[in-house]
Amino acid sequence: MSKDQYQAHDYFLMDEMLTDEHKLIRDSARAWVKKEVSPIIEDYYERAEFPNQILDGLASIGGFGPYIPEEYGGAGLDQISYGLIMQELERCDSGLRSTSSVQSSLVMYPIWKFGNETQKKKYLPKLASGEMIGCFGLTEPDFGSNPGGMITNFTEDGDHLILNGAKMWISNAPFADIAVVWAKDPNNRIKGVIVERGMEGFETPEMHGKHSLRASSTGELIFNNVRVPKENILPNKDGLGAPLSCLDSARYGIAWGAIGAAMDCYDSALRYSKERIQFGKPIASFQLIQKKLAEMITEISKAQLLTFRLGQLKNEDRATSAQISMAKRNNVDMALKVAREARQIHGAMGIMNEYSVMRHMANLESVITYEGTHDIHLLITGLDITGIQAFN
Amino acid sequence: MKILVCISKVPDTTSKINFTDNDTKFDENGVQYIVNPYDEWYALVRALELIESNGGTVTTITIGSSKDDPTIRKALAIGANDAVRIDAEPTDSFFVSKQIAEYAKNENYDIIMTGKETIDYNGAQVGAMISELVDMPFVSLATKLDVEGTKATLERDVQAGVEVVEVELPIVLSAAKGMAEQRIPNMRGIMAARSKPLKVVPPFEQKELTTVVKFELPNPKTGCKYIDPENMDELVELLHNESKVI
Repeated sequence: MSKDQYQAHDYFLMDEMLTDEHKLIRDSARAWVKKEVSPIIEDYYERAEFPNQILDGLASIGGFGPYIPEEYGGAGLDQISYGLIMQELERCDSGLRSTSSVQSSLVMYPIWKFGNETQKKKYLPKLASGEMIGCFGLTEPDFGSNPGGMITNFTEDGDHLILNGAKMWISNAPFADIAVVWAKDPNNRIKGVIVERGMEGFETPEMHGKHSLRASSTGELIFNNVRVPKENILPNKDGLGAPLSCLDSARYGIAWGAIGAAMDCYDSALRYSKERIQFGKPIASFQLIQKKLAEMITEISKAQLLTFRLGQLKNEDRATSAQISMAKRNNVDMALKVAREARQIHGAMGIMNEYSVMRHMANLESVITYEGTHDIHLLITGLDITGIQAFN
Repeated sequence: MKILVCISKVPDTTSKINFTDNDTKFDENGVQYIVNPYDEWYALVRALELIESNGGTVTTITIGSSKDDPTIRKALAIGANDAVRIDAEPTDSFFVSKQIAEYAKNENYDIIMTGKETIDYNGAQVGAMISELVDMPFVSLATKLDVEGTKATLERDVQAGVEVVEVELPIVLSAAKGMAEQRIPNMRGIMAARSKPLKVVPPFEQKELTTVVKFELPNPKTGCKYIDPENMDELVELLHNESKVI
């Protein structure tokens, strides 16, 4: 990729709504991304590898559980800080943000919220420092939008449980040290279990052939009579609501992240359109290009305002799952449309890795269906406003 | 080792520059500020490296209002131990130098560091003026700084080469590109900066010695002109009469 020339756009002076510390956190994340990740991201994307060497840096800028209390190794920051970090990471690449989201919201969050003190002390500081990487096992080959139908289950054997089943589409799985796995107990109740790499019968094969999120590592979790100590069960919540509350946290991060991807595409398209000369003048001087650019910044600004408000509600612990679904759905859809329009503005150059737009576009094709598909989120809003569920 | 690093805020390089009051004042409306890169990347970071290997403290000093506090917090997040803000509008270079010198003269600093210049007004005068006011030697535009005992060794880029300077502490120096590598504040640093002391000091009496009569913006950039390789006369004519470089 050519030099990262990104400049953030703040059409509605949103910065004035942020604290000085918010801005310092965001700007530090942005500077780190430009220095450490932008120069290598296209290469790793093409090779379909996650750049493991950036994990320490990602931890140092608060990429792993920034809202986890300091006593457990986190930074004790608010939800807007978390959102801003996700925005800056996804401004570079959705796969980078995915790695951070999974660790923060799907691994650290459930251990923090549903784990006991021993589990929190054992895992959270190492996860916060990046010494330990985690993944989250909910989705199965035949149970995506309907996770309650999961087959993965465990039986009990003295101090251990015997885990069987398989999870699929698991970010970070191939190199994760631990997995927070959701499985049914002998009474058919969904429980969270921490499975550690090295436990006999536990395998994490990598999935190959992705056209999207190539710089993120995706794999399966296979459990073949894995003996897990009972002390690894997350004791403080069970049922489908437990993993779904983790997804609320992750979807909240995605809502911010998608804005980052959209801002990068818009910024690149704006710059390109002013430099690219056709018919003797910059293409930015043509009405159809201006329409695209104007609509992009309008949609980005709307998403920024919606998401900032969601951040305030989240800080007050008042954000509902339905509000988070609406923001995730709106923002990812917006970002994907911005990416497609930006790619068109770049013309043929838009498909080249000299520019980030096509990579963002391909990434967002995953983001729009993972962590709840675009359509399922619509039905969540539908359920919320009518009181009638239309999932099945 | 006690080091004082002078920190100034400057407009982000992407800011749109406008003036008010009959073009005598910079229009701050809508401007985002950053830490002056020469102060941050070179002076502050090298100061931190020195105390990391030799022990000691790094204090930052800034002349400004509470609007400068985010800049100061960033310096603290990068690693400075504490900060001083002289509560005054930084007017001209002598005023700024006087404030820093008056504060520093009783503090026994071993090294006082500035960036080689601020990237807004490009005055490059403050370090030299401080050194005169506190009666300490001054080394300008240093690209390298090592300290052993009470002796500092500095390098300066000179025409087609490098000048190596030895000087007994205490000294004042201005730091240029090459002295250190940029450090990005990490989360631990940002959290620690919350509770680091930021002392606000009233200004010392000093009239400004210079007044800005007018600012002018440079002429807007013009596009590239392509000249036919066969038409050297036209090229020479343009270089002579339009760009006036020959």
